[in-house]
Amino acid sequence: MSRREKGAAPPSDPPQLLVRVWRGHADGEFQPFEVPRHATQTVLDVVMHIQRSLDATLAYRYACRVGMCGSCAMTVNGVPRWTCRTHVDKVAGDGRLEIAPLSNLPVIRDLVADMREFFDKWARSRGRFDGGNTRHDEFARVAPASTERQQVESGIECIGCGVCYSACDSVAWNPDYLGPAALLRAWTLVNDVRDTAGLERLRAVSGDAGCASCHTHLSCTERCPKQLSPTAGIAGLKRAVALAALKGTL
Amino acid sequence: MRGRNHPGWWAFLVHRISGIALALFLPLHFWALGQALEAAAKLEAFLRWTDQPLFHIGMWGLVVLLAAHLAGGLRVLALEFLPWRDWHKTLAAVAAAFALAAGLAFALAL
Repeated sequence: MSRREKGAAPPSDPPQLLVRVWRGHADGEFQPFEVPRHATQTVLDVVMHIQRSLDATLAYRYACRVGMCGSCAMTVNGVPRWTCRTHVDKVAGDGRLEIAPLSNLPVIRDLVADMREFFDKWARSRGRFDGGNTRHDEFARVAPASTERQQVESGIECIGCGVCYSACDSVAWNPDYLGPAALLRAWTLVNDVRDTAGLERLRAVSGDAGCASCHTHLSCTERCPKQLSPTAGIAGLKRAVALAALKGTL
Repeated sequence: MRGRNHPGWWAFLVHRISGIALALFLPLHFWALGQALEAAAKLEAFLRWTDQPLFHIGMWGLVVLLAAHLAGGLRVLALEFLPWRDWHKTLAAVAAAFALAAGLAFALAL
């Protein structure tokens, strides 16, 4: 029930956001929408409003809405971001939003990028753990203060959202390049004292598609929504690969 | 382009452009030095001909390019071969300051 005082002016309509949303496939185009502007509104809120109230055919992807699952990443005003934790205030000061799917990945439809190549590259960089122990062995003890553990302290927090991959020019220039997230994953395993596939992993991340293709643009580090630094991991891999090559073990 | 607007990418761009510009200048540099092999007077005449304001500005540009490329290269080496720390924006700023200082020093000495 309204508590507006007698004689006071009626509340004006909420200001509108002018939102251009990518529609279709790779050869699609932007479609304009007007979305009511609200306080503490995220970009994902805007996309959800469009799909629920303006055009039910809009395709997009999300799950947790709290920055844990990494599924809602999109290109917002030209910059890859996680949309569930990106406030409209932060990116649309002029009331305009341009929302597109992540770049460097094929477009399935509208805002949905095909993530298969992104995750296939995790496998190609030998991103799985290869342990040598069985269930009958004692638990491995990894000292939290050890150098190896400290080196990957942040890297293991990657949620696989694809923002770094989308921001990376080296991926755009060399489609075979494994990309920041896959190489950061490899770096965490290179430093895992329980892992037994160190040399095979270094071989997997060397070569033309590997860490040497990173040009240190630092876009992955700049754009990572978790404030991780894939560049740090890639630099570590470059040092490890160079050392192994010097020793003749690569 | 909007996604590339950050110090790391600008530092890369300056390093790449200065490298290409210096690579394009090198053949001209070697050609000028080669004049001395044919005759000292020929090199002397060429050097006298280049002693004019437009070439001085060009030399200043070369010094700035060299300083920027040197500092940019040292920045990448420091980033990748020293223990990692969150100093990449500081390094980019230091590299830019070095190039600027070298350019100013050369301009004052002209």
